[in-house]
Amino acid sequence: MTDTSSLPTTRAFPTARPAGCPFDPAEDYARFRTEESLTRVSCPAGIDAYLLSSYDEVRALLNDPRLSSRAAVSTHVVLDRDLDAPTVPGSILHLDGPAHARLRRMLTPEFTVKRMQALREYVRGLIDERIDAILAKGGPVDLYQEFALPIPSLVICELLGVPYADRDRFQAQSSILVSTDAAPELMAATSQEVQQYIAGLVMTKMAEPADDLLSRLIQRGNESETPLTLEELIVLGLSLLVAGHETTANMIGLSTLALLRNPEQLAALREDPSLAESAVEEMLRYLSIVQFGLLRNATEDIEFGDETIRAGEWLVAALASGNRDESVFPNAEKIDLRRNPTTHLAFGFGAHQCIGQQLARVELQEVFSRLYQRIPTLRLAVPFEEITFKDNALAYGVRGLPVTWDA
Amino acid sequence: MRITLDEETCIGAGQCVLAAPEVFDQRDSDGIAVLLTETPEEDQRAAVADAAIRCPALAIRITG
Repeated sequence: MTDTSSLPTTRAFPTARPAGCPFDPAEDYARFRTEESLTRVSCPAGIDAYLLSSYDEVRALLNDPRLSSRAAVSTHVVLDRDLDAPTVPGSILHLDGPAHARLRRMLTPEFTVKRMQALREYVRGLIDERIDAILAKGGPVDLYQEFALPIPSLVICELLGVPYADRDRFQAQSSILVSTDAAPELMAATSQEVQQYIAGLVMTKMAEPADDLLSRLIQRGNESETPLTLEELIVLGLSLLVAGHETTANMIGLSTLALLRNPEQLAALREDPSLAESAVEEMLRYLSIVQFGLLRNATEDIEFGDETIRAGEWLVAALASGNRDESVFPNAEKIDLRRNPTTHLAFGFGAHQCIGQQLARVELQEVFSRLYQRIPTLRLAVPFEEITFKDNALAYGVRGLPVTWDA
Repeated sequence: MRITLDEETCIGAGQCVLAAPEVFDQRDSDGIAVLLTETPEEDQRAAVADAAIRCPALAIRITG
């Protein structure tokens, strides 16, 4: 057994991707995965943490109820963040145990496989409309702005019951909320505006329930022993909006770029859209857009292998590293759309695994089986080197994706 | 082969329904997984094993 004081030297938490390889996680991870003892890293938030880099470590610890999510998701990379700030009621990402289960169970019926499958045709219709609009406009277009962002935004707005007239503004604000490089003043002001908007929306649904997620959530709360408060409903609505929007948009943009760089794989998908299901799982694994992993805190001493993680210690589950673990995914650095790696960690693992994953799957599967088939000559409109990436954002992606095609 | 499912642990992620739709479903009322059969046919073994390993809450047990 090793005490924390005798652990190996602390290294810097890896944040930089290898030069010229924007799809690969930091090179340090491969080395960390081979080390026998747990890796210690110092993080930009001003804490030291254990870095879980192998697939098995990530899985084992994310499912451990002795780890708290109170400072999730990736606050370890946010400069000078107060990691001991009190948890906001309704903040499902940050609650643990029964308090988390209460909210999760009120939301799960909204995201079942069946309910999400029932949305498939609606999603396909949206995608076809956007493709029609892009084709009518003619290339080059920014596929990120014109396609990747609007699709998930419109879907989550539809689920929540956001009036159509408000959707453009909503999308722009959500985009600011999830960026890590927006000025603090802008971030604070936007957060305030969106909270006020959601508060208004919740109150509207309370007064006039409709056939949407927020209305059903209010009703489900009211039928339970502890109804959801207005504050909880606002925070939940906000969480769903942010989580369901930019993540999927980033997956659409980044996957498209990665596939354009792997033309044989793209050709296989284009010619056989039935590959879409497996292709989505592979791109989720390969890209692991929650690029800095998940921060957890030990609530008691945890024996892990030969070591003891002391209560109060921080841990980072490196999802991107686990998804490139060669012992689980041979040739992990290669895209293989037929791999169907259903056990990947891109949605996390344990009690907090992404609640919207079945929605994300439907959206991505529909994009993968429509976009490349309807625009078969899709290609970059600028040199690859000119594409810029969200290197600092919690959810990785392209900042823009100028594309064109043969008219 | 006998399947047990811990409904208390289940978080309604739906992974089991994707992996083995003939064995698992989700309740409409709370999204929690339910077993369509506790003793699936042998041809479901691979699908059920996939469901068990994918389950983020480790709520599925296979015996026999």
